Amino acid sequence: MFAALITALVEFWPDLQKAFFDTLLMVGVTMLFAILIGTPLGLFLFLTERGGLAAAPNLHRVAGYVVNALRSFPFIILMVVLIPLARIVVGTSIGPKAAALSLSVAAIPFFARMVEQNLREVPRGLVDAALACGASTRQVIRYVLVPEAMPGLIGSVTVTTIGFIAYSAVAGAIGAGGLGDLAIRYGYYRFETSVMVWCVIIMFLLVQVVQWFGTWLGRRLDRR
Amino acid sequence: MEQSPFIEPAFIDIQGVAKTFTTRGGVVHALQPTDLVIKKGEMFGILGFSGAGKSTLLRILNRLEEPTAGRVTIGGREITALQGAELRAARASIGMIFQQFNLLAQRTALENVALALDIEGIRGAERVTRAREALATVGLADKEHAYPSQLSGGQRQRVAIARALVHNPAVLLSDEATSALDPHSALSILRFLKQLNRERGMTIVLVTHDINVASYMCDRAVIMEKGRIVEFMDMKNPQPTSTLGKFFIETGHGWTDQTVVPEGEAV
Repeated sequence: MFAALITALVEFWPDLQKAFFDTLLMVGVTMLFAILIGTPLGLFLFLTERGGLAAAPNLHRVAGYVVNALRSFPFIILMVVLIPLARIVVGTSIGPKAAALSLSVAAIPFFARMVEQNLREVPRGLVDAALACGASTRQVIRYVLVPEAMPGLIGSVTVTTIGFIAYSAVAGAIGAGGLGDLAIRYGYYRFETSVMVWCVIIMFLLVQVVQWFGTWLGRRLDRR
Repeated sequence: MEQSPFIEPAFIDIQGVAKTFTTRGGVVHALQPTDLVIKKGEMFGILGFSGAGKSTLLRILNRLEEPTAGRVTIGGREITALQGAELRAARASIGMIFQQFNLLAQRTALENVALALDIEGIRGAERVTRAREALATVGLADKEHAYPSQLSGGQRQRVAIARALVHNPAVLLSDEATSALDPHSALSILRFLKQLNRERGMTIVLVTHDINVASYMCDRAVIMEKGRIVEFMDMKNPQPTSTLGKFFIETGHGWTDQTVVPEGEAV
């Protein structure tokens, strides 16, 4: 068994390496969009709710429906639905870039809800104190909401990253590339169990590193 | 509601201010139409139990709460008519402190004070110098690098006071500022507020449920119940007529300027 694992590692090293970087690419692009678009969307959800700093209950409801609709799609179906969009945006419906699109569409609303929750945990009194000092909504966001929510936001980035490392493996089912794809192609279709084992080990290590880093950073920054 | 006819020109003039909101159960009157005049340099108390509407009234003075009717004028400026940048500028000239201190947990004491300067757009050396000055005023010059979690309740409230003092406000609003503190820390904070009132002529409006705070601090006070003022009281010579007023006066034990704060307490 051990010998078989070593043989597989040597034989499939280039494939494992490519799959690893494909996974990193998919998850990296996904998290980039999740943070760039999900953070403002989460802020929007938080600010527009009834009694919020920029209360707009109707807009809030519409944004909430869109987010819920996207989140209620089973991921595998969302990927299929987005195949035409992938053709238009990235020019292909297979491979890590196409998968990154579907993953991003799933990650943005997920992360937005987590951001909304993180902001809700900032005590309302802190916002009052800043307003009493003459702060504008923009200043409340910049000086109070985002910095005070930061430890929670880092936790949300960690949870989302790990969740979407797993989802990127599901994307392997439609030929996304990456470690999940490699595991399914060799381990499931060709009974190359050793390759699958290596894929799982690498993903396990990846998740460990992300979790460790997220926890470390969150603790380091939190002064509560 | 009788007000002395020979009163000085009103500094804070509250006319017909009310707050109602509609819930499923019907219309709730958080604050019934209220008139009140507070003089310049006065230490004015708003006394009552929780839910009496006293915080609502206080928070209307800097529009943290929007009144549904009425007018508030402070120093000749009609606060209730202001919008946008004008409102924010007016708020910056009114200090406010809170029961829960409301310090940013992720900022040091100095940086918490500097928040007021960040909001004003002051950067660089002036920002640090002014924040340090304010922190020194409240006796916490040596704690500038401490985070709120490393400070006692009394020290946290001092940082919050320093933040409010940065703009040298003519008015300070105090919303149960000593209610979460030990008696000795509370007394120490109250003495500091008294000093601000005496030395700087700062007008202080103080919301409290504690008659001892009102008796010790205030020249005059109103007693509130169910969203309305039930009694005006001269706190130097209180002669309550309402049941609630009598209750308050009879249950007070009294602090004086001679009350000694126990030694060795970091307040």
